[in-house]
Amino acid sequence: MTPIFRPGDRVRVRALEPATHCRTPGYLRGRRGVVTRVLGTYPDPGPLAYHRRDPVRLPLYTVDFDYAAVWGRDDPGVRLAADLYQTWLEYDPVPTDAA
Amino acid sequence: MARGPHDLGGRPAGPIDLAEHERSLFEQRVDAMVKLLTHPTRGHFTVDALRRAIESLSEAQYRELGYYERWLVAIRRLVVECGLVTDAEIGERLARGASAAPPR
Repeated sequence: MTPIFRPGDRVRVRALEPATHCRTPGYLRGRRGVVTRVLGTYPDPGPLAYHRRDPVRLPLYTVDFDYAAVWGRDDPGVRLAADLYQTWLEYDPVPTDAA
Repeated sequence: MARGPHDLGGRPAGPIDLAEHERSLFEQRVDAMVKLLTHPTRGHFTVDALRRAIESLSEAQYRELGYYERWLVAIRRLVVECGLVTDAEIGERLARGASAAPPR
């Protein structure tokens, strides 16, 4: 799978409800964040969890989130970030004032 | 599908015990089994499978079992899944007891 995100890209975590193993915490579903690091590609953990050999490799990113936006309270100095696979992210550009 | 019992972020889960403790022999043995069974070339399943098996526990099991106890329950499920042993063999071995000599 081709990596499509770069550091600085605004993304949104997809609100998927998979029936299988995944590495995306529930509390981040639907949340907006910013890609801060491109980590390379790794075998999809979902199929690996069911003994599949050589599953498709997925790009993995560190995505930073706004702590206060996620938890509803401020905690200065705390960084909230998660390593998330590309299939869980969609591009979410900042809306402009254009009509 | 509802969030698994492991997916605790944002849910009430009581206080976290931050006390350091040395691992018991039981915990070290479970850790050794996991390292052998998930070995990249000589193992039989991945840590992803281990996580999946742990995430498949019920809410009650997840809450009541300790960390390494959850690993052991997962190992038991996965060694049967992978065809290494059967449930019957595990049951027979447990019935013979921990001090029994290995079968010839």
